[in-house]
Amino acid sequence: MRREGSALNGLGVVILKELSDHLTSVRMRVLEWLVVLFALAALYLAIQQVKDTTAEDPFLLLRLFTRAREGIPITFVAFLSILVPVMAIGLGFDAVNSEYNRRTLSRILAQPIYRDALLFGKFIAGLFTISISLVALWLLVIGLGLVLLGVPPNAEETARAFIFLLVTIAYAGVWLALALLFSIVFRSAATAALVTFGLWLFLTFLWPSVLAQMVAAVISPPDPGYTALGLPTPENVEWGQILSRLSPSTLFGEIAFVLLNPDDVSARALGTIYLVQLQGAARGALPLGQSLIIAWPDIVGLVAGTIVLFTIGYMVFQRQEVRA
Amino acid sequence: MSDTVIEAKNLTKRYGSATVVKGISFAVARGEIFGLLGPNGAGKTTTILMLLGLSDISDGTARVLDHDPVREPLAVKRRVGYLPDQVGFYDNLTAADNLRYIARLIGLSREERQEKIVAALAHVGLADVIDKRVGTFSRGMRQRLGLAEILMKDAQVAILDEPTSGLDPQVTVELLDIIRDLKQRGVSVLLSSHLLARVQSVCDRVALFNEGNIALMGTVSELGRQVLGGGFRVEVEAEGQGLEAHLAKVPGVQRVESAGANRLLLLAQRDVRPEAAAAVVGAGGRLLRLAVEEPSLEAIYQRYFHEHPHEGERHAA
Repeated sequence: MRREGSALNGLGVVILKELSDHLTSVRMRVLEWLVVLFALAALYLAIQQVKDTTAEDPFLLLRLFTRAREGIPITFVAFLSILVPVMAIGLGFDAVNSEYNRRTLSRILAQPIYRDALLFGKFIAGLFTISISLVALWLLVIGLGLVLLGVPPNAEETARAFIFLLVTIAYAGVWLALALLFSIVFRSAATAALVTFGLWLFLTFLWPSVLAQMVAAVISPPDPGYTALGLPTPENVEWGQILSRLSPSTLFGEIAFVLLNPDDVSARALGTIYLVQLQGAARGALPLGQSLIIAWPDIVGLVAGTIVLFTIGYMVFQRQEVRA
Repeated sequence: MSDTVIEAKNLTKRYGSATVVKGISFAVARGEIFGLLGPNGAGKTTTILMLLGLSDISDGTARVLDHDPVREPLAVKRRVGYLPDQVGFYDNLTAADNLRYIARLIGLSREERQEKIVAALAHVGLADVIDKRVGTFSRGMRQRLGLAEILMKDAQVAILDEPTSGLDPQVTVELLDIIRDLKQRGVSVLLSSHLLARVQSVCDRVALFNEGNIALMGTVSELGRQVLGGGFRVEVEAEGQGLEAHLAKVPGVQRVESAGANRLLLLAQRDVRPEAAAAVVGAGGRLLRLAVEEPSLEAIYQRYFHEHPHEGERHAA
């Protein structure tokens, strides 16, 4: 038996309402200032470096995203990989539980809409809000970069930068879906925020660099033969990489590296590259299509992660009692 | 269109091994105010949520306005207004904006929206706070805003969960007036409450809930007859000789008590005022005053659970 009517009934109304809530909230003011200040700081650091080192660089614009001043190892990409989760979690951690706590949920769900529309509307509105900030940030960086560098970007650079923007939005989607999931599971907004931020810290700082390697060492212990020579064991390294890709932050870092460093030979494959493979490699930059093919599995991973997290949240929400 | 707006048959709700609603059946007629009464935790809110399609039905069937709340929840929710227990609104929005959001979810056009919102808010007496943030509203005002939402929706059925709990007596009276007014407009009302005395005055029929069952159902006087064996108290003030004996012979009178000079109290199975008046006049007395006190739901309730205490104990064990 099918239920009557569309699951998306009222979706537009929910999106508009949530969007207006987001855009007028104090949280959004804070995020806007963060965007402006971080953009200026990152640009300042990058431009010093770019001006010093490059005269005839074909990817001058992309250097803005990836170069850091000596001694201060913070690139624009690294800063984004931290700012974006904070924004997404900040917008999503109280999405559903606040409706419970304000006792508005049962009243809203007694209107002719399905729960689908409410949850999906909240997700879309959150993602749209973050997209607005990210597009603003992106334009700010490119615009200021143009003014400060005085060199117009070529088509490929622009395309790469634009795809990077889309990937950043997908990256935001993962964290937003995670925050939304915890806002459904935990009735207390504070608990939801704490758990989401905790998981973010774990996945970003603890998992890829430490725990994934430890697990890899258990699954595939280093070969004493390699260790004796002071070399890492290939299987061990590969396992470490596979495991660390469970973290969206790793995926985002890899995609950004491949997309924004077309002329770096180590961006020609993700994972272990043997010295043999680099010997005799053609010099020059990789075409955009090839970079995309390399980054594609990671991009799919980000989008799939978003869908999986949202679906889990959806299933939990459907089974939940509306009674506060 | 049938004359039954809500029909529950053997409605059951189980959470794991616990059964909170145990196969209840009732029907609400068009234009009727039907009360679900009982202590907290007796299954009233669960029943309401099942009727609205907001909670799964474990067993049995429900029909609301000839629609199945499980399979056609949108059709049900389009025609039914719901005021939840301790209704909440978006505190950062104004009263009008809160209603506007709901109006858009219902799908009212722009012109319709403005017109209906203003009319509904005026009707519940919130016209002068239409552009105030709901955060500043008292509990009574929030309840009235909730009723305004039902008015705006042009609902055929209003389901009100504990509409008067936590309100002071004055506000309660105002709220009950609005509920009576809903009935005047042809809206059928299903309301739940644990405050028996308050809602007794508005309900046409009531169902007394106990531990997930409907213990008693009917009009208040029917229940009075059933449980108290009457429960009507008719006060007669008259001058005359031997009136007590004459009044005792009136059919339906169970007992006659003297309540001071020229005052007699009749305990009766029904409202015996006409017969009592005839008896006084027939005996050559002068009738000065005649008053009736209907059986109180409180008394019915107390008596019923005094007589059936084992049910509670069995479930508690």
